[in-house]
Amino acid sequence: MKRLKLPPWLVLLLPAIIILSAVVLIPLVFSLYSSFTSYRLTRPDSIFNWVGLFNYEKAVTDVKFWAAFGRTVLLLAVALNLEMLLGLGLALMVSKVTSGQRLLRTMMMFPMMFSPILVGFQFKFIFNDNVGLVNNALQSLGITDQAIPWLVDGNLAMFSIIFAEVWTATSVFGILILAGLYAIPRDPLEAAKVDGCTSLQSFRYVTLPFLMPFIYIAMAIRSLDVARAYDIVQIMTNGGPARRTELLWTLIGRTGYVDARMGYANAMGYISIFLAIFFTVYFFKKLTQSRRELGMGA
Amino acid sequence: MANVTLRNVVKKYGVLEVVHSINLEIADSEFVVLVGPSGCGKSTTLRMVAGLEAISGGEVQIGGRVVNDLPPRERNISMVFQNYALYPHMTVRENLGFSLKVAKQAQPVIDDAVDKAAEILSLTPLLDRKPGALSGGQRQRVAMGRAIVRHPEVFLFDEPLSNLDAKLRTQMRVEIKKLHQKLKSTIIYVTHDQVEAMTLADRIVIMRDGHIEQVGTPLEVFENPLNTFVATFIGSPPMNLLDAVVKDGKLAFSDGTLIAMPPGYSQAEGQAVTFGVRADNIMPVGHALPHGEHMAEVEMEVNLTEPLGTETLLFSVLAGKEVQAKMFNPRPVQTGERMTFQIMLDKCHLFDAETGAALKR
Ligand SMILES: Nc1ncnc2c1ncn2[C@@H]1O[C@H](COP(=O)(O)OP(=O)(O)OP(=O)(O)O)[C@@H](O)[C@H]1O
Ligand SMILES: [Mg+2]
Repeated sequence: MKRLKLPPWLVLLLPAIIILSAVVLIPLVFSLYSSFTSYRLTRPDSIFNWVGLFNYEKAVTDVKFWAAFGRTVLLLAVALNLEMLLGLGLALMVSKVTSGQRLLRTMMMFPMMFSPILVGFQFKFIFNDNVGLVNNALQSLGITDQAIPWLVDGNLAMFSIIFAEVWTATSVFGILILAGLYAIPRDPLEAAKVDGCTSLQSFRYVTLPFLMPFIYIAMAIRSLDVARAYDIVQIMTNGGPARRTELLWTLIGRTGYVDARMGYANAMGYISIFLAIFFTVYFFKKLTQSRRELGMGA
Repeated sequence: MANVTLRNVVKKYGVLEVVHSINLEIADSEFVVLVGPSGCGKSTTLRMVAGLEAISGGEVQIGGRVVNDLPPRERNISMVFQNYALYPHMTVRENLGFSLKVAKQAQPVIDDAVDKAAEILSLTPLLDRKPGALSGGQRQRVAMGRAIVRHPEVFLFDEPLSNLDAKLRTQMRVEIKKLHQKLKSTIIYVTHDQVEAMTLADRIVIMRDGHIEQVGTPLEVFENPLNTFVATFIGSPPMNLLDAVVKDGKLAFSDGTLIAMPPGYSQAEGQAVTFGVRADNIMPVGHALPHGEHMAEVEMEVNLTEPLGTETLLFSVLAGKEVQAKMFNPRPVQTGERMTFQIMLDKCHLFDAETGAALKR
């Protein structure tokens, strides 16, 4: 009896191929396909209802979609920059500490140890207008006697969400930048001192260029994170009030699971992914560039 | 331009004291070389002058001003680091002009100074490259250029040539010497290479274990070493040292060999001494240089030869100690050959057998 002879490399790769297609490829192809149908979760047979580019056209012309898109970009821009600045400050301070640095480093990581859902609940409580910590504190201190509607007012709600994001993720920047600080060679810094730099000038002309690759890595990681932000927002405001904190993925989640319009949700998802891809590619470009400036890598 | 004074300077790392109260006067526009074995505290001393290392005790003055508590940028110094310490993200031009840029000089002034320095060090064609695209010797020149652009009062060099190959090192040595003649600034130069020290220095400072062993011109330290450490550290090959005892006004080695007392010494009968002679001053009969009147002869077996071209180095053993001798106008020598050697006693030294300190003639 002749057995089917597969080339050895294929045999060896087969398990990986099977697993990858089961968990990645098939869902991907399925979701892509469904974005061209009017698929609704409540009507399974609608999966065969081919509508062509209709979902995409609808998304591109949908004001709500673009509002969520814009808000996500805003969140990305504000949160990332704030986190970068705070993380940088934090890392610089920790790196100057002479004793207990290990403890501080561990403490810096605390916010990263909590699930975003819990962080969401936490800040939902902190910013609650009646029983929340912030309002209580403000009132006890006599700064205000009103209940500030942190999560109800559109602008304040966005602020609260950014605050929560920054609280959770500043340590990502902090840790990576700290790693960068440790990796800076001592020689150029000493040369800068001898060359007459003040500490500010040393930082600006020597430390910072050496830190840029680390900052861009953190940016790339965090831009992916924020571009798919869902949990904190979902818990804290559920995209409200009146959709004023609606982000891309809360909108997509709502469309897909609450409104059950999965085909349309998938179409929006595919457009949104470009946002994440754009930022990742952008930051990796900057990363390579800053490394080349330092004469590292090609 | 400025003189530099170190007064009882001490460096401690915690309880560990690595520089023990050293004193040094360096005159304006003098080229002083700190030399000594690895770990003796040369870099530490230099870095204290630069202000990169806190001074644990004593006082450093530059140009008559105590600088102990001044940051490097207020000391008017330049330093060339062992590993060049160039800024990798800046071009050669930016590296050279950096100190002027942070001093907020006008761009034309910077360009002018950079062009001049580049000219002196033949860096002009490399100005737009980054350090990563330079060879070791070129980086070294950039590091030097960066130092001279500022017109400092004092130049500090920390083993600037140790990463270069032998040929380049010789070349750069000449460059540095020329540079000093041109700029006439005070230079403190650290090296562990005694040849570099001899060729560059106006005065050599020999250090060991955080102490200064001797300070003097290259010839002084070569001809009159204050102790056996300096005697073996300066000069290549190192001075031969043999244990001897004074007997009937002569020197007796442990194997019974007797030689005349070097002229000028009058040591007590029975005193234990260390006899020092350089390879240049112990030569096989018939292959010696013209010599003085005070001679001694010993017979030794040649164990190893090292032909160097104009001369051959012969390795033998006398009284259980290795002795290196020089054969001028060399002929081939078989190992195991017994030869008679002449010792030029006028050039020999006696040291205290216990302390190693040079004995007075
Ligand atoms: N940060 C430090 N902590 C403790 N000891 C140190 C420190 N830096 C240097 N030392 C010690 O100080 C001594 C002098 O060091 P230094 O670097 O001055 O030596 P050096 O003469 O420059 O040697 P080399 O020729 O190898 O450069 C050494 O014994 C070294 O171990
Ligand atoms: Mg050193």
